[in-house]
This record gives sequence, structure tokens and C-alpha cells, in this order.
Amino acid sequence: MQAFLDQLWIARWPLWDGLLLTAGIAAAAIAFGTLLGGIVGVQLAYAPWWLRLPFRLYVDIMRGTPVLVLILAAFYIPAVAGLSLGPTEAGTLALTLFAGAHIGELLRGSLQAIPPGQAEAGRSIGLTFPQLLAYVLLPQAARSALPPWINTGVELIKGSSLLSIIGVGELLLRTQEVIGRTFMTIQFYIFAGIVYLVINIALDQLGKSLERRVGQH
Amino acid sequence: MEYSLHFGAVWASFDRLLSGLAIGLALAVVAVAIGTVLGLLAAFAAVSPYRPLRSLAGLYVALIRNLPLLVLVLLAYFALPQIGIALDKYQSFAGALALYSGAYLTEVFRAGLLSVPKGVIEAARSIGLTRLQTNVSVVAPIMLRNALPSLGNTFIGMFKDSSIAAAIAVPELTFEARKINVDTFRVIETWTVASGLYIAACVVIAALLRGLERRFPKF
Repeated sequence: MQAFLDQLWIARWPLWDGLLLTAGIAAAAIAFGTLLGGIVGVQLAYAPWWLRLPFRLYVDIMRGTPVLVLILAAFYIPAVAGLSLGPTEAGTLALTLFAGAHIGELLRGSLQAIPPGQAEAGRSIGLTFPQLLAYVLLPQAARSALPPWINTGVELIKGSSLLSIIGVGELLLRTQEVIGRTFMTIQFYIFAGIVYLVINIALDQLGKSLERRVGQH
Repeated sequence: MEYSLHFGAVWASFDRLLSGLAIGLALAVVAVAIGTVLGLLAAFAAVSPYRPLRSLAGLYVALIRNLPLLVLVLLAYFALPQIGIALDKYQSFAGALALYSGAYLTEVFRAGLLSVPKGVIEAARSIGLTRLQTNVSVVAPIMLRNALPSLGNTFIGMFKDSSIAAAIAVPELTFEARKINVDTFRVIETWTVASGLYIAACVVIAALLRGLERRFPKF
């Protein structure tokens, strides 16, 4: 144990940097993914079929493909398209596209679960569609989409560990590098596991307290 | 930049992709089969009147669901030998995925158990079935039927997660795709075909499950 703690102390800064990168990637993916998912969800719920079709296709492709395949595709494809993306950018892009599809789908569900009377009432007092969306529909949908949205955040923290496979120096890759030097395989993997556990449980609790504050209508 | 599509190089290795797909499906089947047993045990523990059992089930679910699968897989493959448990890459991945799916299935079965009407359980008890008999021949069938759609979704999720076996060099679909990608540099074609295969498999599995759900009417 003492030997492990000594090694942990030596490795504290690389591991800390890895943790920050993990948090940063997940935060960027959830932020951009929510923006994207907001657009996708509204289109899926209200657009005419010909406009809905490309969004549906996007969502189904993202949801039918494993995250690791998305990450590898985002890592290898941009280069032949003449774009140069580093592994971190490529990985974040893959996670963002993944999050956008999931959030879009859960927002669609929440929007369609709103009783039709709400939209009719809004219409009848003369709200335009953007006003109706902003003041009536989205606030209600956001409330019921909150728990699965937090869950998507947990999935993104977990999914960011896959970026170690394309060489992004996030928490798991940093852990593997430390293991390569110290050969304390069990100790450092369990340590990394505990760190993921703590972040995700904290995120979960944050979500629960947010849910209580927003309250169900 | 000039890039024209040539699928020929990918079709030449298509059989490798297909065998990879089969390995992924087999891993998911084994993992979900073991995970179903784990999930059933943990779900009955989660609704049991005994507090320690409930806490144990809660701990299992919270622990596993908040850990990245890749960490579990690496632990099973690289760390367990350190304490004398040496599994090959298939065993360690299937074991890790079983443990992982078990946690998700616990939630699925717990919701299924709570969906069984109280009156049915009371009726079974009142005609003299023991608690065990009630659980086995009354509660379990209704619960399994009600949990079937979520069970199917979990299976599809685990099949997609079988791609992570590529990280420990199990030659499943993602691993083969990456190899073809690096060998031929037909980047766009490789990943389109790989992704298409995953989606096609998911669609087929979902359709089969839909058929199964129709054959057993909902209670």
C-alpha cells in the first residue's frame, strides 16, 4: 500500500491532467451535444416529414453504431477529407455527435409527452411558433428531460474513457502510462475506477438535487 | 482533396467483418445470459424485505453503472492475473460484459417486478403457494414478459458495447474494421460498411424481439 501511495504521489500531476481532460471533453460534448440535440429534438417533434427524414436518419445511425466505431471513424475520416483534427478534437466531435442524437431523441419524447392542450392554448392566445416553443413547450420538456439528460452526462464521462484507444491523454490513458512504468496494474486501475465512480455519483446527486429544485409540475 | 470511393478493398475482406460480427454477437449472448442470472438475483434482492440484501443489490448497481466498461475490461484482462486469476481475452471480456449487463438488467427486472399487480401475488399466496412457488411460477413469468422490451434494448446495447473488446485485441467487428482501415486506407468505405453492419444487426435483432413480444401477449 505504501509503495502504491508513493507511486500515486509521483504520478499525481499526469493523473490530474488526465482527469481535467476527461472532465473537459465530457463537458464540451454535453454542451455542444445539448445545442445540437435541441435542434434535432424540435425538428423530430414538429418538422414536416421531408425535413424530419434527415434528422431521423442521423439519430438512427448514431444510435445504431457503437460509440467506439464513431470515435475511430471521427479519428480516421477527417484526414482523408483534408481536415486535420487532433485525436482530442476528433474524439470530442464523436462524443458530441453521439450526445446530440441521444439528447435529440429524449427531447422529442418529452416534447411529444406534453398534453396537446398546452400548444392549443398557446396558439389561441396568439403566440407564434417560436414563442410557443420558447415560453410553453421547451420549459416543460426540459423539466421532464432532466433525469435522462444527466444520465447522458454520466454516459459521456464513461464514453470519454474510450478516447484512450486513439491516444487522447485523458484519465484512463494517463493511468495506463503510470501502470506501464510501475507495473501496479490492479492498484492503478482500481484507483482510476474510483475516480470515475466519484465523478459519476457526484453528477448523479447533482442531477437529483436539481430535479428536486425544478420540481415536477 | 481527391478521394473517390472504392469499396472493392473492403468487400475483399468482408468475410472477416462478418466473422467479427458473429464474435460480437456471441460475446453479447454469453454476457447477457450470465447477466440475466445476475440481474434476476440482484432484482429479487433489491425488492426483498431484508435491508442488507437491498443494500448489496443497490451497491452492485451503483458501482457498475458508474464505471466505464473499458476500465472493467482492462481490470479483468490485465489486473486479475496479478492476483492469480488468468483469463484469456474472450473470457475476461465476456465476464466484464456480463457483470456490466447484470447491473443494467437489475434495474430492468426490478421495474418488471414492481409492475406485477399485487392482487396476483395475493391470489397465488391465498391458494396456498409458498413464497418461492409464487415467485417462480407466478411473479417471474409476468415480470419477464413485462421486462421483455427493456431486456431487448439492453441486449442491443451490450452487442454495441462488444466493440470495446477491440481494445484487448479480440478480433470482433470493430477490431477487424480498424485493421482493414490501416491495411487498405479505404477509410470512408471501411467505417461506412462497419457502421452499416452494426446498424443492420441492431435492426434485425429489434425486429426479432418485436416478433417475440407479439407472440407472448402482454399481461
